Amino acid sequence: MARVFMKGTEAVAEAAVRAGCRFFAGYPITPQNEVPEYLSRRLPEVGGVFVQGESEVASINMVYGAASAGTRSMTSSSSPGIALKSEGISYCAAARVPMVYANFARGGPGVGSIQPAQQDYLQATKASGNGGFRMPVLAPATVQEAVDLTVKAFDWADRDRTPVLLLADGVIGTMMEPVVLPEPKSDEEVAAIKESKKSWACIGHELDYAHRAWIQPGNWSTLVMQQCNEEAAAMYESWKDEAMVEEYRTEDAEIILTAYGICGRIAKSAVNLLRAEGIKAGMVRPITVYPFPEAAYDRLDYTKVKAILDVEMSIPALFVEDVKAAVKGRCPIETCLCSGGNIMSREAVIEAAKKLVEG
Amino acid sequence: MNKIYTRTKTIQADKVSGFCPGCMHSTVIKLIGEVLEELNVVDKAACVLGIGCCGLHMDYIAYDNTTAPHGRACAVATGMKRTNPDSLVFTYQGDGDFASIGLAESMSAANRGENITVIFINNGIYGMTGGQMAPTTLVGMKATTAPKGRDPKEHGYPMHMCEILNQLTAPYYLERTSCNTPANVNKTKAAIKKAFQNQLDGKGFSMVEIVTGCPTNWGLDALRSLDFIEEKMLPEYPLGVIRDRSKEEA
Repeated sequence: MARVFMKGTEAVAEAAVRAGCRFFAGYPITPQNEVPEYLSRRLPEVGGVFVQGESEVASINMVYGAASAGTRSMTSSSSPGIALKSEGISYCAAARVPMVYANFARGGPGVGSIQPAQQDYLQATKASGNGGFRMPVLAPATVQEAVDLTVKAFDWADRDRTPVLLLADGVIGTMMEPVVLPEPKSDEEVAAIKESKKSWACIGHELDYAHRAWIQPGNWSTLVMQQCNEEAAAMYESWKDEAMVEEYRTEDAEIILTAYGICGRIAKSAVNLLRAEGIKAGMVRPITVYPFPEAAYDRLDYTKVKAILDVEMSIPALFVEDVKAAVKGRCPIETCLCSGGNIMSREAVIEAAKKLVEG
Repeated sequence: MNKIYTRTKTIQADKVSGFCPGCMHSTVIKLIGEVLEELNVVDKAACVLGIGCCGLHMDYIAYDNTTAPHGRACAVATGMKRTNPDSLVFTYQGDGDFASIGLAESMSAANRGENITVIFINNGIYGMTGGQMAPTTLVGMKATTAPKGRDPKEHGYPMHMCEILNQLTAPYYLERTSCNTPANVNKTKAAIKKAFQNQLDGKGFSMVEIVTGCPTNWGLDALRSLDFIEEKMLPEYPLGVIRDRSKEEA
């Protein structure tokens, strides 16, 4: 397919349509307004439905309804808006309703700032709603990866009947880059996906007590509720093998930069410049931040690695908690941080890395 | 002898109602089931339950159902109906769900004229949580969170959802009924049937508000709660058709 030049938000929206998404509900919030704007004109072209919800809360629940009825569905927002959706996300997880949502994260806490940030890490990976559920969290570092992960998100959501989060940030959303878009699913393929969910979708069934659709985000029976949670826990465990990671020039590295999303891209560039100066730097970039690719940190040669530099656009450091759990004390971990909507500077990363090397 | 009355097949034969004595949820659920059968649309039914006592029958109804987060039933129904226009999508909500925490979703779905049906149960109190004040609680009526009774100076006045929605242009059909007498039960059934038929005909948003009792939390027995409906609730919530666009079309 030919390459096209697209903004991150619009590329994600177009990728969703091509992946078979036929319902989107959302509410305006910067910096992701192009997603609903784009889909308001694009979805009707393919027989899909766009609704501007009266709130973030209503929007996620419209998605809950459409996805419960078997349609590939999506919503998107940015940090404070994602917080408002958290109840609905929890309901989707509990009721095993497959859906995709994107967070083009901005500064926080509170209304924060409208510029890019990675302050939502704990919310995204540990507690996107009440009740202790998990879901795949995919963190793109380029617009191309955002497109590819959007498609993957829909497939993963349907395969396991789970919500999937595309954890992007204001840089990925507002940046324009050349991308190769996926082949669009045909009307027949989209219809077949919906048809495959008919047995459980809440759309009406022949009168048969055993086979009504019963999509419930909880259960009156504590025993059944525990059983649901045990099944979910087994599913989370099975995801461990599906963790995705980019490991870059790690084989002989003495210093490892680790970062996700846009910071991973900045760190990768810093690795190349450090190498040009003769410093043996490498990078570990989790692409799935849940499941977390712990194995990549096991693969490091700790006889060579002197230190790990955690690079993130969050103060306090949040991603570093998962890094620490994966590294298990095998080498020192330092941080290079910015916050408030400021974008990580490559020079700051290089300087911090050099300091570590010098000891 | 001919059998002239049987239980609706939409309530599972081996299940028992979990509602309190004198509660009218079971009456309304029976009516919904009978209407679904009479309209021959059981296989199209997709019910969105609210949170509260209005969700207690999820286990024993035989048609498709889901439970929305508290107050969000009209948003869930919007997504469901928009992507599956052939389904008969209806919400079943109490007054806390529809008129308090869900006010934005309720008003907005009505304002968009979503082609869904709302069955709204108004008993003037929070049932499942134990008798707290609702937006529909009568002035002077005691609640566990208004121990001296609802005081307009502090709590404002009861909300009349049919009349509030009647300020919007889009809704097609708004009727308030009750189930306190056999005649009113029949009227409620006719209203539900009409509201479902409107959706099947693509007419848009229909709501039936049903004034019911909550003997347990009103602190009255079943019979005296019928008197309370007649003497106190219905003067505040007068029954009748508040909006019927089909009359304007005729």
